[in-house]
Amino acid sequence: MVIHADDLRARDVGEREQEMRPDDIDRRLIAAIQGGLPLVSRPYAVVGEQVGLEEREVIERLRRLLDGGVIKRLGVVVRHHELGYRANAMVVWDVPDARVGELGRCLGQFDFVTLCYRRPRRRPHWPYNLFCMIHGRDRGAVLEKVEYLVETCDLRGIEHEVLFSRRRFKQRGAIYQGASEAGR
Amino acid sequence: MGHRATHDAQQQGTGPLDPTTRRLLNDYQHDLPLSPTPFADIAAQIGVDEATVLEGLQGLQESGAISRVGPVLQPRRVGASTLAAVAVPPERLEEVAELVNGYTEVNHNYEREHRFNLWFVATAPDEEKLAAVLADIERRTGLQVLDLPMIEDYHIDLGFPLQW
Repeated sequence: MVIHADDLRARDVGEREQEMRPDDIDRRLIAAIQGGLPLVSRPYAVVGEQVGLEEREVIERLRRLLDGGVIKRLGVVVRHHELGYRANAMVVWDVPDARVGELGRCLGQFDFVTLCYRRPRRRPHWPYNLFCMIHGRDRGAVLEKVEYLVETCDLRGIEHEVLFSRRRFKQRGAIYQGASEAGR
Repeated sequence: MGHRATHDAQQQGTGPLDPTTRRLLNDYQHDLPLSPTPFADIAAQIGVDEATVLEGLQGLQESGAISRVGPVLQPRRVGASTLAAVAVPPERLEEVAELVNGYTEVNHNYEREHRFNLWFVATAPDEEKLAAVLADIERRTGLQVLDLPMIEDYHIDLGFPLQW
C-alpha cells in the first residue's frame, strides 16, 4: 500500500479534536441498533432489554451520541436507487491543500450532495483529495449538478473526475463487529 | 415477484406513493423522536394511527426503498473505516467483486466508471484489523488496494430530500 508522510500527518488531523468517545455501553447500544430499530411501539425499550439498559437510559445515550456527533442522524435511511435516483456519481477534486476546508464546506452545503469528505492523495496513482457523492434521476441531472457546483463554489480550473456507478455489488449499513462482540 | 412489483412502482417516482408514504420517506430521515413511542408521535404528526406508520415503514423496508430506521454513524468514531479502490482488469471484475463481497467488514461495494473500477467501504473495530482486511484482499487478488480514509467531513447530513 502506498503511504506518504503527508497522509500520516493527515490522519492525525482527523483525530486532533477533543471528540466525544463512546464508551463500551454506547458501543453495545450502537451495535444493537445499527441494522435498524425494531419497528414496534416501544423500540427503545426493546433495544434496552437487549443491551441491559432502561428505556430512558437508551434514549439519553442516543441523545448524547447525536449531540456528540458520533451518530450523524437517526431516522429513515432511504435507498436512492430504489426510489428512482438511478444515477449516482462520486466526484473527486484535486484541490490545493490550503483550500480544501473552504471548498469542502461549499460543496457540503447542498442537499443533492450526500457526502463530502477530505481524503488523502495517493500519488502517483491518485491525485484527488476532495470527494463528494451526488445522486440524480439520470446522468444528465448529475452532470448538471456538477456544473452548478463548479460555478457556485468557484471550482473552475480545478481538476476533477466524475465516477458514475455501474453495478452495485453490495449495500448495507456498517457492521462494527467489535461492537457486536462486546455485546455478547 | 411481489417484491419486484413494489420496486417498480416506487421507481416510477411520482404517482404511486400515497401522501403518508411520502411523508414517512421524506420527513423522518433525521430527528426520529426520542420519546418512548416515536412511531406514535410520528402518527400524531401526520394524522394517522400508529399501526399505519409501523406497517408503512415495514413495507418500505421489505421493498428495499429504505434500508432501515436507525442511525447513520460518523465514520471513524466508533470503529475504523475506509474507502478503498482497486483497478481491476475488466475480465476479472466479477470475480474480484465477489471476493470483496465475501468480507463481512465490507458494507458497500460498487463498480464505477474509471480505471479504478471497484470501490468499497470497509469497517473494522480498529485500524489494525482494518489494515489486515485490506492486506488480505491485496494478497488474495494480487491487486493493489488504495486506502482512502476520511480525514474531514464537510457535510451536515440531514438526509436526502426526495422530489416526487
